[in-house]
Amino acid sequence: MSVRNATYKPWAWTQSLFADGNILRLFIACVAIFVGMSILKPDVFPTAENFLSMGSQFPEIGILAMAIMITMLTGGIDLSVVSIANLSGVLAALVIRALIPADAEAGQVMMGLAAAITAAFLSGALAGLINGALVAYVNLTPILATLGTMTLYTGLTVAMTRGNAVFAENRLVFIGNTNVLGFIPIPLIIFAVVVALFALLLNRTPFGVKVYMIGSNINAARFSGINVRRVLLTTYIISGLLAAVVAVIFLGRNNSAKWDFAPSYVLQAIVVAVLAGVNPSGGSGRVLGIVLAILALQFVSTGMNMLLFTISGGQFFKEFAWGALLLTIMVANHLSEQRRSKSARRPKAE
Amino acid sequence: MADAFLSLSHISKSYAGVQALDDVSLIVKPAEIHCLVGENGSGKSTLIKIIAGVVSPDEGQIVINGKPFPRLAPMDAIREGIQVIYQDFSLFPNLTVAENIALNYELSRNTRIVRWGEVRRLAQAALDKIGVRLPLDAEVESIPVADKQLVAIARALVQNARLIIMDEATTALTEKEIRALFGVIRNVQRDGVAVLFVSHKLNEVLEIADKAMIIRNGKVVVDADAAALDRNKLVYYMTGRRIDEADYDYVPQSKQPLLEVSHLSSPGNFEDISFSLYPGEIVGVTGLLGSGRTELALSLFGVLPAMRGEVRIDGQLVRIRDIQSAIRHGIGYVPEDRLTEGLFLDQSINRNIVIRTIDTLRQAGGLLSPARLEAHAREWINNLSIKTSNPELPVKSLSGGNQQRVVLAKWLASKPRILILNGPTVGVDVGSKTELHEIIKSLAGEGIGILVISDDIPELLHLCNRILLMRRGRLAGMFERAVLDENKLTTLLTESTTIGSAVPSPQVQ
Repeated sequence: MSVRNATYKPWAWTQSLFADGNILRLFIACVAIFVGMSILKPDVFPTAENFLSMGSQFPEIGILAMAIMITMLTGGIDLSVVSIANLSGVLAALVIRALIPADAEAGQVMMGLAAAITAAFLSGALAGLINGALVAYVNLTPILATLGTMTLYTGLTVAMTRGNAVFAENRLVFIGNTNVLGFIPIPLIIFAVVVALFALLLNRTPFGVKVYMIGSNINAARFSGINVRRVLLTTYIISGLLAAVVAVIFLGRNNSAKWDFAPSYVLQAIVVAVLAGVNPSGGSGRVLGIVLAILALQFVSTGMNMLLFTISGGQFFKEFAWGALLLTIMVANHLSEQRRSKSARRPKAE
Repeated sequence: MADAFLSLSHISKSYAGVQALDDVSLIVKPAEIHCLVGENGSGKSTLIKIIAGVVSPDEGQIVINGKPFPRLAPMDAIREGIQVIYQDFSLFPNLTVAENIALNYELSRNTRIVRWGEVRRLAQAALDKIGVRLPLDAEVESIPVADKQLVAIARALVQNARLIIMDEATTALTEKEIRALFGVIRNVQRDGVAVLFVSHKLNEVLEIADKAMIIRNGKVVVDADAAALDRNKLVYYMTGRRIDEADYDYVPQSKQPLLEVSHLSSPGNFEDISFSLYPGEIVGVTGLLGSGRTELALSLFGVLPAMRGEVRIDGQLVRIRDIQSAIRHGIGYVPEDRLTEGLFLDQSINRNIVIRTIDTLRQAGGLLSPARLEAHAREWINNLSIKTSNPELPVKSLSGGNQQRVVLAKWLASKPRILILNGPTVGVDVGSKTELHEIIKSLAGEGIGILVISDDIPELLHLCNRILLMRRGRLAGMFERAVLDENKLTTLLTESTTIGSAVPSPQVQ
């Protein structure tokens, strides 16, 4: 026991935190944008209303980015996340319509909502299972497999709804409308819980470590006796489950689900993951990076909106701002990487 | 001195306060085969990079062809005829042999049209010059490693090389291929081209070199005619200590074989292999590349499940269908290529060590305990004396020998009963090699049954109490170490006669 205490430093993670240049740069970017915007727009940016509004905007993309992240960590990707979210959302809405009559009492409503959410999660998991099976057992390239299932799930949703939106009878709008304690939107709480669980899963379970190892060297993972197929399968199921969480938030915000909702979120989630420093070829990336990346992007887009509000069309600068931030951080990372590898050409390499 | 092709004098180079080279002088004459010998970290690579103009020295002079180069640029070095063949050969795997050899030269003429006929003619001429035949239109990724090397040499010649530097040229080659390579080097030498051969395989150095220079910790220890050196002296100069390796002394521990393989076959890979392994034994499996030795190992580890035959462990019939079932039966495998099959290069040393046993490192509640994980890894870092300042660093920060220990630690942590080591000391320097041998011997002493797959003859004779010889997928003989010596085993290994010919094999099954 004493040996353990002597060698294990619980605070050691803080060192690696700042040794990780990308996290540090993201953190600086977050603070800089926040401070900058607060100075430029002191009357609207650092205000409770603004925080409330920002806090209700990013959770969906943040959660989708975690789905992208976990698949990227294994060296794959899941392009079908938004189509899974729409499919699960439609199913949940259909369950609500079927089980909760307009004059339902509280108990019936609870049961109905539980069934609807279960339906969303089951369909998310099943869709993820199909993705995982295609990647792990049929050995399709993840980007192609999930491109295919993306179309498949979207098509299924269209067919089920004949292309119409399905309304959730105002049963879930409390998620989008309630602020806990008056200032914390429920989607933000869901986001925080998902972040915490996701971080535990990746850092403190054998499964999480195996995800990183597979992304780092899938061959060595096989030779080390990791059941690579099972880990990959689980990875895509988790991605599907995260999409199902997003489906519930979608329903809470829109009170309806539709096959073509928010298709641009896939690419935006990828932007967040890449900005967070997740290596698209696998093996590295941190949950904290996702949190910082989504915050930085949210600050930038809100700030841009405020700055350009007076110019006509100013509110359409969100994508532009995201692209600019992504490129800035990428270039900074690249330059520091170059500098480091230059100075690292030291005796080790002989 | 006028006749020297390359003359380096008093070269020093330090990186961030670490002295990589200290007052090194080297003279290479035309048509001279010069060997540069040193352990990993001794400064060999830095010296090569200085000669190639990639790294500039802090102090010292470089004179090529009588011309001093105060700041040698890579293009200068190439123009003066210096060609470096790095370990990975820097070939284009998706281009053909002819394209790899001659395209670069053809493109350097700065014309807009590539003359394909000329490319083939140049390539063929270069191959003729070194006296080898290769299919010009084969894609380079499809040809064996040894041939890739020949392509790299031919490419160097097309670019009018006067000095070819070969960095660890023999690491991936079998004895026979090394012979062929040496033939090629002598052909090149006949054309007046000098060769600087960088190696830490000692017997090779003595065989091919006219002159040998040994460096240790950046300093020249010896620069002499190769004829004046012998193996023991080389080891002494390289490591600074005499290595007295005591051969493994097998003491039978049990009458019950740990592993019995009977009539194991995998069509196309190996046929009808039978042998047994007792607790505490180290059995060598040797043969040329393509003899089926690696395939046999992979089959026992479940990567390449055998089609016919039986495997028994402790007398119990087992079926090894995949890696998981091999592991369940207590079999561990240290792969031949530790970079692609053994290590997670970007991951921490800790994670690399614990990945096999990670499922057992959970606390109540099912979460991993970072403290237990670290303590567990530290135990193996200590046991195998892995040298690192911080086990959270990526494993790629370690030297070859220490990396191999990490792979070994990963397996030992899961307490295997049978350990298959494929090329356990490939690419490891002499000092580390000896220490790895000690580790392997002590593991066997604890009752683990070890199969060593290798074509390093001194290593086999040193470690193994029995040696199986494979040839074209079949077992060609089984020998007690007592009846073998280096020459005999070399002859057996490289002999191309068919099975059943007059092989002196007292213990053939």
